[in-house]
Amino acid sequence: MTVTTPPNTYAAPGRPDAKVAFKPRYDHFIGGEYVAPASGQYFENPSPVNGKVFTEVARGNAADVDKAVEAAWRAFDSWKKTTIAQRALILNRIADVMEANLEMLAVAETWDNGKPIREALAADVPLAIDHFRYFAGAIRAQEGSTGEIDADTVAYHFHEPLGVVGQIIPWNFPLLMAVWKLAPALAAGNCVVLKPAEQTPASIHVFMDLVKDLLPAGVLNIVNGFGVEAGAPLASHPNIRKIAFTGETTTGRLIMQMASENLIPVTLELGGKSPNVFFADVADERDDFYDKALEGFSFFNLNSGEVCTCPSRALVQQSIYDQFTADGVERVKKVKQGDPLSMDTMIGAQASNDQLEKILSYMDIGKQEGATLLLGGDRADLGGDLTGGYYVNPTIFEGRNSMRIFQEEIFGPVLSLTSFSDYDDAIKIANDTLYGLGAGVWSRNGAQLYRAGRDIQAGRVWSNTYHQYPAGAAFGGYKQSGIGRENHKMMLDHYQQTKNLLVSYADGPMGFF
Amino acid sequence: MTPEQTAAAAPAAAAAEEARVGAVTPAPASGMVAATPSRVDVSPEAAAFLVSLTAQHGPLMFHQSGGCCDGSSPMCYPVGFFRVGAVDVHLGDLHVDGIDPIEVYMSRSQFEYWKYTHLTIDVVPGRGAGFSIESPEGRRFLIRSRLLDDDELRAFGLDDAVGDTPA
Repeated sequence: MTVTTPPNTYAAPGRPDAKVAFKPRYDHFIGGEYVAPASGQYFENPSPVNGKVFTEVARGNAADVDKAVEAAWRAFDSWKKTTIAQRALILNRIADVMEANLEMLAVAETWDNGKPIREALAADVPLAIDHFRYFAGAIRAQEGSTGEIDADTVAYHFHEPLGVVGQIIPWNFPLLMAVWKLAPALAAGNCVVLKPAEQTPASIHVFMDLVKDLLPAGVLNIVNGFGVEAGAPLASHPNIRKIAFTGETTTGRLIMQMASENLIPVTLELGGKSPNVFFADVADERDDFYDKALEGFSFFNLNSGEVCTCPSRALVQQSIYDQFTADGVERVKKVKQGDPLSMDTMIGAQASNDQLEKILSYMDIGKQEGATLLLGGDRADLGGDLTGGYYVNPTIFEGRNSMRIFQEEIFGPVLSLTSFSDYDDAIKIANDTLYGLGAGVWSRNGAQLYRAGRDIQAGRVWSNTYHQYPAGAAFGGYKQSGIGRENHKMMLDHYQQTKNLLVSYADGPMGFF
Repeated sequence: MTPEQTAAAAPAAAAAEEARVGAVTPAPASGMVAATPSRVDVSPEAAAFLVSLTAQHGPLMFHQSGGCCDGSSPMCYPVGFFRVGAVDVHLGDLHVDGIDPIEVYMSRSQFEYWKYTHLTIDVVPGRGAGFSIESPEGRRFLIRSRLLDDDELRAFGLDDAVGDTPA
């Protein structure tokens, strides 16, 4: 790993020339104002970049959640009556303000999460901005329907918001994942109580501070805190009409159990163990496409591997295995690790110490299982002020798909690499997983590319690409990877009721009585 | 669901699995080593932490998670908070002096991939997401894994894997 001190580095928060100035303390945001936690308690928030505390955040509990849900319902009475033009305009204005403050939001995100600034600048924040614009457009274009049942009877279908909805946000893309949930919910006319992850509770407040005057009080409420103390009371609250969650399977089940008691819908995004399949014809030429495929092989390092769709299983056809994987390993060796605030840094910090420890524990089990370590395999110490940060060297294991490192989402820059003999073998291995969120397929043969994409049981199959997340492409899981499709106008359905008016224009009685 | 109801339901769901999994740990007398192999264990640090958590929250259990974010983390809940069902395997119990045995579960589908490993619940500084009970304490439970040895594999009826264990 090359550790560099490049010239174009953003100033760390806390320095006078930093793009963002975090407040020393963040309260909840409820009913349009900052509200101290009912418990009076706050928790410290360290940056994964250096392991040092940079702000403290309200430690919410059930009383805070109650207050937020009440504030949201108060706001709903008027918010639900806003026209779609008004709501679309507000979403567009939020997008504009974010765009004008892109660097501020990106530095905040990097400092809270540890991700490389160039990813926050080029992906996280621009995608979040575009997401608001997408749903501003989608809601304007949405129409109900009419059905002519017979000459005198008409069924009218109207979209109505659900009411107050709960959203629990993960820590890997704190802003973008919040916006994936917020934009459709607000566009549809709902009011929201949102709980950010306790590992990354700060950047959403930088966002909120920018946009708070654009939204009526109570339409968006943020309750910070720990899952067990604030998340569970939100998910089980009797006065929410829907709960959305991104995370892991046990909590996903728990949230469904809670939702079942209130008989409310859930949407869940629970991750996966995504296969990235490279067919032999990828290596027919040493051209731009081959280069692109090698980048695809290296994409497990994006966001330090902390992506629900991390292409953490590479399946390479045997006939090209030796050369392609050798080229792939060389490519990964060029991934620059360093200060996340440097524009040259390609891989930053893991989001938390426990995440770092978990990744190291998987490296240990991989070695025990007999997987061959081709690269990395340990923690990285970047020296200086970054010594206290949570860094892992990009790691590649070669092994068999039955190994635990091939079956569990390590959520770090750890690739599990294996080979396949032919098409059927590739599909068999790709589908030999509990999950089905993302997958990648690489081939110069369009028919093979298409067939593989259809045969892999995953909600999103990137075909000759990977890790693109444009608004307008539905994203969600098969199998144990969740319920619902985000990132697409179909998500509006998950935040709307259907009101049917069945109207008779007949003059006389039906004739029963 | 009340804790009492779950206490009645959970062993029933687990009972069917235990025969197949062969993972029930007999409660050893204090200071003695378990006579038969167990799939689960607890580090001394985690054991002491569990005593403290039990004093705050009452009897506890674990459910091993999968999937993204904090997937692969053991989730610790008060008994009755999370409903285990027929889809779950009871891996065994953690025996810690001074508190009730702590049941450890995992979904059956996940167990198919984990069945060759022994799990030790440990604790590290950190802040797990999810609803696990310990996260406000600034510490997070973590799984340490090792491969079952040949004797353990035979004891759990996994004879097909005997000899596969890397040296």
